[in-house]
Formats: sequence, C-alpha cells, structure tokens
Amino acid sequence: MSNKLYVPGTHPDLPPPSNTVGVINWLKTNLFSSPTNTFVTLVCLLFLTQLLPPMFNWLFIDAAYGGNSRQECVAQGSGACWAFISERLNLFVYGFYPIEERWRINLAFCLLLVTLAAVLWDRIPARKYFLAYACIFPFIATWLLIGGLGLTEVPTSDFGGLMLTLVIGVTGISFSLPLGVLLALGRQSELPIIRVFCISFIEFMRGVPLITLLFVASNMLSYFLPPGTNFDLLLRVLIMVTLFASAYMAEVIRGGLQAIPKGQIEAADSLGLKYWSTMRLIILPQALKISIPGIVNTFIGLYKDTTLVIIIGLMDPLGIGRASLADPAWLGLSIEVYIFVAIFFFLCCFSMSRYSLYLEDKLVTEHKH
Amino acid sequence: MSFTSTSPNVLLRAWNNKETRSVIIQILAIALIMACFAYIIRNAVINLETIGKDINFNFLWQPASYDINQYLIEYNSRSSHFTAFIVGLINTLLIAVAGIVLATIAGFLLGVMRLSNNWLTQKIAYVYIEFVRNVPVLLWILLVHGLIIHSLPRPKDSYQLADTFFLNNRGLHSPTPDFQPWFWGVVGLLTASIVFAWWFKRYANRVQQQTGNTYPVFWINCAVIVIIPSLAYWLLGSPIEWKIPSLQGFNFKGGMVVRPEFIALWLALSMYTAAFIGEIVRAGIMAVNHGQTEAAYALGLNSTRTLNLVVIPQALRVIVPPLTSQYLNLTKNSSLAIAIGYMDIVATIGGISLNQTGREMECMLIVLLTYLTFSLLISSVMNWYNNHIKLVDR
Repeated sequence: MSNKLYVPGTHPDLPPPSNTVGVINWLKTNLFSSPTNTFVTLVCLLFLTQLLPPMFNWLFIDAAYGGNSRQECVAQGSGACWAFISERLNLFVYGFYPIEERWRINLAFCLLLVTLAAVLWDRIPARKYFLAYACIFPFIATWLLIGGLGLTEVPTSDFGGLMLTLVIGVTGISFSLPLGVLLALGRQSELPIIRVFCISFIEFMRGVPLITLLFVASNMLSYFLPPGTNFDLLLRVLIMVTLFASAYMAEVIRGGLQAIPKGQIEAADSLGLKYWSTMRLIILPQALKISIPGIVNTFIGLYKDTTLVIIIGLMDPLGIGRASLADPAWLGLSIEVYIFVAIFFFLCCFSMSRYSLYLEDKLVTEHKH
Repeated sequence: MSFTSTSPNVLLRAWNNKETRSVIIQILAIALIMACFAYIIRNAVINLETIGKDINFNFLWQPASYDINQYLIEYNSRSSHFTAFIVGLINTLLIAVAGIVLATIAGFLLGVMRLSNNWLTQKIAYVYIEFVRNVPVLLWILLVHGLIIHSLPRPKDSYQLADTFFLNNRGLHSPTPDFQPWFWGVVGLLTASIVFAWWFKRYANRVQQQTGNTYPVFWINCAVIVIIPSLAYWLLGSPIEWKIPSLQGFNFKGGMVVRPEFIALWLALSMYTAAFIGEIVRAGIMAVNHGQTEAAYALGLNSTRTLNLVVIPQALRVIVPPLTSQYLNLTKNSSLAIAIGYMDIVATIGGISLNQTGREMECMLIVLLTYLTFSLLISSVMNWYNNHIKLVDR
C-alpha cells in the first residue's frame, strides 16, 4: 500500500478486476450467465453440431472438383459436384456472347471498376476528371457490348450470365435514382396534376409484382408501340426494371424529404432561391443523405430482382444454370448451381450494404451523442 | 412606358407570376399525359385491328381445358377460365396468409434472438439474417424446392408419423376430417367459451380498476377455452372421423396432400421475409428508450409485465409501418410461384389461360388489378391498425 499522494485525475488506471477478463469469464458472461442462458447455449451448440459438419462435408470434403459428367463426380465422392460449375464457368460469366468478342466484356468490366472507384471513393486523385469519365462510361459500355462503329455487332439475345446481371443491375441503379428523385419531388409538388400523376404512377408500380410487369413488357408492350416497330426485349426489360425501382426509390426519398424541417425551405425562399436551386442546393443534399440506407436497400432489392428475368426467358446465371442442367451428362445438379449463384449474389449485395454503412458513418455531420 | 406590351412580354410576365406559371405548367403536363395516352391507345387500336382481335372478356366463361394440381374449390379441366382464375386467386391468398403467419412468428423470434444477451444466439441470428436477405428470393424458392425434391424419399419409403402423416417427394399426406353432425355442437361450445373468456377479461379488468383485486385471467381463460370443448368432444363420442391416407400403387390415396411446391414456396417466402421482419423487430425494440424499462421497474412491474405493458406497445408503433410493406412484399413475391409450378393467379389466368386464349390484354389486366386490390386492402387494414395503436398527441 503506497501512501503516495496523487493530484486528482493523475492516478494511472488500475487493471480491470480479474473476474471480468479472460476467456473463461467471457464465456461466463456471454454464454452461461444464467440457467436459461446455459440451456439456450447448449441448444444452439447442439443445433450447430448437427448442421455444420454435414454441410461442410458436402460442400468441401466429399465434393468433386473435376470430371466431365455427373457419373465421374459421383465416383469421386458423395458431396457436391463442383466440376459442373468449373466446366461451365465461362458460360456462367459471359452467357452466349461470341468467344472471340469476349475481351470486350472484360474491358467493359475493367472500365466499370474504374467508374465505381471514381464514384464511390472520394479521395481518388483528380476526381473531377474521373467523374466526367463516369458520365460517358454508359455510352462506352453500350458501344463495347452491343458493337457497331467498327466492332462486330452482337445481338442482345446473346447476352447472358453474370454479365447480363451486371448490365441490368448497373443500368437500373444508375437510372432509377434520378428518376426516383424527380418522382419524389413530383409527389411533394404543389401542382395538383403533377402530384396526382406521380402518386398514381408510384402506387401502381408498388402495388403489382415485378414479374407481372415483366410479362407486360414481354407480351403486351408491342401492342402499344407504333405498328411495325420491334423493340429489343432486353431494352424493354431494362425500362421496366428501372421504372419499377424508381417508384420504390421515390418513396424512400420522400421519407428523406419529409424529414427536412420546413424552416430550410423558408430560409432558402428568404435568400431568393428559386424552386430548383432550393432543391438542388439545400433540400436534396440533406434529404439524400438521410435516405442513404433506404436508397442502398432499394439498389440491393433491384439487383436481386434481376434474377426474375429468367421467367421471361433471358439467361442470367440462374437461367444458364437451369438450361445447362438439361444436358444429360449433368442431370440433377440444381442444388450446386443455386448455391454458386447464391454466393455471387451474396458477395455483391453484402458489399453494397457494407458500403452504405461506411457512407452513413462518413456523412454524419452532427455531433454524435 | 406603355401598358400595351408585345406578346413575348405578356408571356414572360405570366411566367414570372407564380400562380399563372403553375397553371401553365399543369396545362402543359396534362396535355402531354393525354397525348401520350392517346398515342398509346391509338397504337393499341390499330395493332389489335391489324391482327383482328378485340377486347372482350367472354373467354372467361369458356372451358379452360387444363388441369390445376392444387384446388380448394371444385375444379376440373371442363371448368371455365373464370373458375381457374378463382382457383389461382385462392391459391395466392392461401400462400400469402400462410406465409405472413409463419414469417411473423419466425421474424419476431429472429428479432428477439438478435437482441439476446447470449452471444451464440445473437451470432446465429445475425448470420442467418445477413445470408438470407442478401440472396434473391427466387433463388431461395428454387433452392428449397430442389432440396425437397432431391432429399425427400419416394412414396414407397416415406417418412411417417404414427401411420397417419406421410412425408415424401410428392408432398405431405395427412388425414382429412369428416365432420359428423354432433361436431357442430362442439364448435358452438367453443364459440361460447371464447365469448365467455372475452367477457371475463373485461369483468376482471373492471374489478381490478374498482377494487385492485386481480384474477389469474390468462389461466382461467385458457382452461375455459381448452377444457370445456375437449370435454364435450370426448363426451359426444369424438364426432370427427378421419380419412387416413394409404399407399396404393406408386402414390398415396385418401386423405389430403400438401404439395411440395406449396411447402417449398411457403418455407422459402417465410424464411426470406422473416429475415427482414427480424431486423424490423430489432430496430423497433431498440427504439424504445431504456429509461422506459427502468421507469417500469421503478414502479414495481416485473419483467414480463414490463415487456407486455411498456416495451411492446411502444415498439409496435415503430414496427407496424415497415411490417406492412413486408407483408405486401411477401404477397407480391408469391407471384414467383410460377417458377416452380405452384398454380397461383399468375400461373393460371396470367399463364396458361393467357397462352391458350391469346388474350394478353384481358388476362394481364385481371392479374394487375387483382394485385393492386391486394396491396390496397393490406395497406388499408394495416393503416387502420397503425392508427389504432399510434401515440395520441395531447
């Protein structure tokens, strides 16, 4: 016991009491703090030991990684047959795109990564030029993928696989946000006719399933176009997916708009700003910031909804998988295909939701309490 | 300075006046919208004329001449397209209601698990939620369907429970009840005891408010609702006869069958929606200030009553609006049934009927209107409930 005197606040921190640190104590507080808790822990452990080892065995240990048919897989082990995936990987990624033209997809994908880096990461050097590039990227990508002007033309019916998912997802995401903002502003507008039009559009789109809208796009849209026009199916799907997502986007952004105090608009009015300047400079930056989680959720929803296009006959990875299962050599491997596609979607969507968390953290301007 | 200004100036002045400007914009907007509609309708009329079609709904009364594998009302291939539509509608409603019930239960469970102070439970719920909601629901439906078809045995080697329930890759076979006349007496008694329980709860409330005495309402009511009808059922000599399914040839005959498509769709939709509901419930419970719980403890309420009387009512206010949209999503996602061959409204009237009659306009119109009606119905019911429980500002 030292009898040294300390000025208040200068005493070095004592180590935490020994009964609150260490593995045993962690277990005690987090898993076995009470009889009920112990029971719950044991039930969970039982569940996990029943579930995980067989799953792990099936996925990895007993799985077959090579081979040319299902028979060869079965001979190698009783688990999953990944040989199918590795053999068809090119089909899963590129769809039916001509083999000698596939460098165009790779190039477009690399350009997309650059664009994403410019848009998502604000500390990139010379961001201004990158952003300008991001604006012309859609045109470059369209040219690369469809062809013309010196490149061989590829019909959109050859699009497929992960590339198709990215095409629909990226187009939908980049067009639904501005459209959603316009619809949300329209819904809040003081002009009754604009408001009624926006409300009916939003409520209609949100009231029916996407799949019926895709049916409309594939079956009925040709009735409403001038006689003789033939609209590309992919383009019709893109339009429908974008319109559908923009209705949800509009509702998310409306939530943000409603959360902005009226004083902000009044302050902008008193500064003499016009409607569009008020919105662009004062209201939307704040409203969009608070609606980030919702916006990203809508993006994720849209991205997941791209799988629905298989029902009207486009070949996204799921469609490719199901179609190639018709090959007699590989019958009955649907589970492996579904798991492969599920992992792809999980990686995309999970990283989107992580990015939204990072963005939310970064954009907090108020003091945290 | 002259007041007879030239026309550009008049327009400019009109444009700079807020009221006139809004009128001008609206007239322009309405003209634009009308023009679009007129153009679309004109195209449709010309296109329909060229191929010699008209719009009429008479086809609904013609025989559908296709089979539907799950029907809750009388249906065979000679029934009309309209009956097929009703069968599809009932199947959609069935999957929606069953899915909503299971998803709500599983979702609340997940939400509570996510907030549990048991580390393992928390993590299991977290991994489940993140994994399930980041994968498309269509994929879940196909995966669950694939698992059911591949992993369940053939009818010959069904899993069975007490020789009455059989589970195999053709579905879950279970006995069907055959109600005898006396059974309705039991139903009557059950209704009567529920009415009594309701009255007793109000009576106990009144007594508690006047005198402070409490009755064990929950247990008494449970006893009344369970024991009296069971006793009556036993005394009246079990007035239900069960038709038990039995294996004949390659499949089961008798009893009823819950088809694998229904099970797959039901499980997949519920587990997918449950992940979203879990997060909503967690957010709702976390939104209740901890001070509320402390205040309830300070008043001497025990933890069950704190939860029931203080935390849950306040959490529900936060939970209900997003819950509504999840219910709507589940109903709309049930249209993916078509991917695994469950005959819902999209697969019957919007699928086979459409292809057989070639009446795209009429069939899609019916489907779209039906879903719109569902959405409006569910959201108005939930709005009513939301108004019922929302905080009353004084």
